[in-house]
Amino acid sequence: MKIMNLVNAINNALDIKLKEDKRVLVYGQDVGVEGGVFRVTEGLQLKHGKERVFDSPLAESGIVGTAVGMTMAGLRPVVEMQFSGFVYPAFNQIISHVARMHNRSRGRYPMSMVIRMPYGGGINALEHHSESFEAAFAHIPGLKVVIPSTPHDAKGLLISAIESPDPIIFMEPKRIYRAIKQEVNEDKYNVPIGKAAVLQQGTDVTVVAYGAMIREVQKAIVLAKQAGISVELIDLRTIYPMDKETILNSVRKTGRIITVTEGVRSFGVASEISQVVSEEAFLSLEAPPKRVTGFDTIVPLPKGEFHYLQDAHKIFYEIEQTVKF
Amino acid sequence: MFEEYNPLKNKIFRIIDNDGKVINKKYMPEVEDTTIVKAYKDMLFARTADLLTVNYQRQGRIFTYPPNYGQEAISGAVAQIIGKEDWLVPAFRELGTWLAKGVTLKEIFLYYMGNEDACKFEGATNTVPFAVPIASQLLHATGIGYEIKLNKKKQVVFTFVGDGGTSEGDFHEAVNFAGVWKVPVIFIVQNNQYGISTPTSVQTASQSIAIKSVAYGIRGIQVDGNDFFAMYAAVKESYKIAMENGEPVLIEAVTYRKGPHTTSDDPTKYRTKEEEEKWDATDPMRRLKAFMESKKIFDFDEEKLIADYRKEVDRQFVAAENYSAYPVEDVFKYQYVEMPEDLKEQQRKYEKYLAWKATAVK
Repeated sequence: MKIMNLVNAINNALDIKLKEDKRVLVYGQDVGVEGGVFRVTEGLQLKHGKERVFDSPLAESGIVGTAVGMTMAGLRPVVEMQFSGFVYPAFNQIISHVARMHNRSRGRYPMSMVIRMPYGGGINALEHHSESFEAAFAHIPGLKVVIPSTPHDAKGLLISAIESPDPIIFMEPKRIYRAIKQEVNEDKYNVPIGKAAVLQQGTDVTVVAYGAMIREVQKAIVLAKQAGISVELIDLRTIYPMDKETILNSVRKTGRIITVTEGVRSFGVASEISQVVSEEAFLSLEAPPKRVTGFDTIVPLPKGEFHYLQDAHKIFYEIEQTVKF
Repeated sequence: MFEEYNPLKNKIFRIIDNDGKVINKKYMPEVEDTTIVKAYKDMLFARTADLLTVNYQRQGRIFTYPPNYGQEAISGAVAQIIGKEDWLVPAFRELGTWLAKGVTLKEIFLYYMGNEDACKFEGATNTVPFAVPIASQLLHATGIGYEIKLNKKKQVVFTFVGDGGTSEGDFHEAVNFAGVWKVPVIFIVQNNQYGISTPTSVQTASQSIAIKSVAYGIRGIQVDGNDFFAMYAAVKESYKIAMENGEPVLIEAVTYRKGPHTTSDDPTKYRTKEEEEKWDATDPMRRLKAFMESKKIFDFDEEKLIADYRKEVDRQFVAAENYSAYPVEDVFKYQYVEMPEDLKEQQRKYEKYLAWKATAVK
């Protein structure tokens, strides 16, 4: 066991897979010599060579499109988008090829690749560096979308992502890259894709969250406890395919559900969860499913970002409203 | 100029050497002494502002900032040529050009302090906001060029990108469209040798960036971007071509980013002291100053000027710091021209929450 933050854990997962599987490659902007702008890939080029860990030209579409070709030829690329806010030039490749190739080729060319990207706000960043558009990826049939909230899960989920025959969008909450440390097994292990985790048992209300929002919900749970409210917390971990069973089992017990996301409100992950619960656990509900999300606006620049972000008070406010309903 | 320095010949356009001596008399532009002095002062102001801003960032008074340090001659030359009616479609590392268009330091500071109000650019004509998504702005420049051509206006579009940006598809599409449409756009590639940590050799196998113009059928030239006179002559000639023929030009300005990519970057990770020292010899301000001294037109007290500039920069910085707080309505009111009912409802709900918070949270 070793103390690791998210950056160390992701680096460790890449290191293990690069060592174990010669088909694995890691590339993207500044990932080689510098080790990435967040140092996630630091040291990997020295260890595994410039042919397998390298800097690419500055072109997101180029990075993803070449990865599609590599995958068809039998490699297992793990590519990095420097920030999720810069992935859009690659959307054509992602939507038109990454998500469709397996179906289009009737199973001949599975897209066994991983697209990693830091996402989310709360770091006083420049424009386009704070978005949470996981719902956009989850909306594209053919992709699986994974978001870890702890170093332990980040490592196990990334290993599973690299081993997955399907393409994985692996989104890393950069706000907690270095904020959370825990003991992590240095050996290889997997955390399954498509399985949520119940982080805390409770009886009054279920709160579903993921990524950097878990920490905010945990702070809200302290406030809720003071108010005599018992919260069950679920870390979704995989956005798509969603672990409906864990969510529904919890709601059948608590009768109430709130989903917390950093993304915009409309047509988002929280909306999807609310609908799943309405359809499949309607008779268990004692209050309408609620969303704590960003607004349907851009993420404001740092001076206005606090309005947009979710914090313990915003989450507690909805918890209280829902329980009082 | 464009024939003699056709990028296929792989020749860099240079007029003064590192000691400020004219080595290319044929192309030495006619520039009034007063313009040379003004250009130097513009560059000095930009450099003073830049260095102070990095200090402010270290003091925690401003967020991430991308310095222009070492690249001042490029904007220093453009600033003497770009007109009030000309368009500026910026990237984010051409401080001197923004100032020339009438963008204020206060607005620039406000942007990097994290307030969108900065991009109103109230005193700057035909200037669009900064573009952080690399190379995406170049297509906008071509589009603006089309409007100029369509309505037979007498305007030129200046747009900027870095060497890294030339790897993006948008760069190629923008230059290709401009070539096909024949529109008056001057594409200036500030080749400062690095895209964050990635050297230009990892961006392209071409012998230069300027040579890409050949493939797209437009004029191009590789210029010593740390040579004020070469930049001035190349931009002046490009301006004439754009204005008179309505055609695009690609200028590769070879320079060196003496500072980090942004204040979050650490160049010691990817380049050596020796390399930095080698480029120091080409510093654009030192070269222009040496030229001016040899012509005896460096007739002002530089130290005093820097002191004055520092005061002015600080005045504008404090004005940005004292800019009003970020009101709730600013989050919502600009998202649409006609705000949807649902968004209005989101604002009302948030205001209700704030009212609750004001009483419930101590």
